[in-house]
Amino acid sequence: MLQEVLLAGDPAEKVDFMIHEVFSYQLFGQTVRITTSHVCLLIVVLTLIVFFIAGGQVFRHASEIPSGFQNFLEIIVEFLDGMVDKTMGKRGKGFRNYIGTIFIFILFSNISGLLGLRPPTADYGVTLPLGVVTFLLIHINEFKYNSVKAIWKDKCSPLPAWFPLWLPINLIGDFAVPVSLSLRLFANVLSGTVMMALVYGLLSKVAYAWPAVLHVYFDLFSGAIQTYVFCMLTMTYIKNAIGPDEVPVTKPKTEKEQDEAAEPEKEAA
Amino acid sequence: MGEFNQAFIYGCSAIGAGLAVIAGIGPGVGQGIAAGYGANAVGRNPGAKGDITSTMLLGQAVAETTGLYGLLIAMLLLFVKPFKI
Repeated sequence: MLQEVLLAGDPAEKVDFMIHEVFSYQLFGQTVRITTSHVCLLIVVLTLIVFFIAGGQVFRHASEIPSGFQNFLEIIVEFLDGMVDKTMGKRGKGFRNYIGTIFIFILFSNISGLLGLRPPTADYGVTLPLGVVTFLLIHINEFKYNSVKAIWKDKCSPLPAWFPLWLPINLIGDFAVPVSLSLRLFANVLSGTVMMALVYGLLSKVAYAWPAVLHVYFDLFSGAIQTYVFCMLTMTYIKNAIGPDEVPVTKPKTEKEQDEAAEPEKEAA
Repeated sequence: MGEFNQAFIYGCSAIGAGLAVIAGIGPGVGQGIAAGYGANAVGRNPGAKGDITSTMLLGQAVAETTGLYGLLIAMLLLFVKPFKI
């Protein structure tokens, strides 16, 4: 009876990766439910606040030659700033703070599964706001750096601007961005959570030590990759909305350059 | 709905969930192709390994999305149980 050796009891009772209600209260006639997602989110945010306060204290007494914790913090900050600068170029300086913050937040949320928490990013209510913030940033920056005429032309893009047949399709494409961004992060973290719940729920009699390997893959590797991807895609979309760094100046060619350009043609003829 | 009972609908939902995760084939092929070309590019130009890897990971993550939609549909069918009598 292999099944009785391996599987523990009734599978449907043991496998548990759902969000549970901790307590609920009435607010303006609506029932507000505080769930395990809220609790895990609170733990992650408190950890980050403690981390940031400690980091602030270190940098208040920063030494010229960094050592210990200061070294660690400088590596993190340099990595995040370098990532934003490399991807977004000149106009990306203002986005360093936002990208760095969501990077650390999503990373800590994803790897909180290691500590037995249910990762907050495995709740669509956490990832959808992140996608919506990205969506707002894209379009605010689009209107900030481009004229309305240029945006209209871009939205009708494969066809000329006076014939907006393609406009609805481009608009659907715009609204698909936050949905696909948030669903990608959500489904990746959820799949890891479900796999771990299946292992611990169904194989609980033999789940000793070896699920650590799965934790490394599902929590650390997958979580880090998805964090990186979310931040990279956010930066890429914002950069595309902003447009090129500087409008290339097309100065009229001097006569000498025109002659030089014309000469090879003559020789070829 | 006299002919069909709830168990029949749950069974059909389970079959549908199994069919939905067939969507995983596409991203598998796509990610494999991306990784293959990534390895090819690193072989040609080992100096640009960092850029190639980050571009490859980005492309793979975007390609993964369709498979994850399949997974989500399977999850909805199995656990949210949207079809009830």
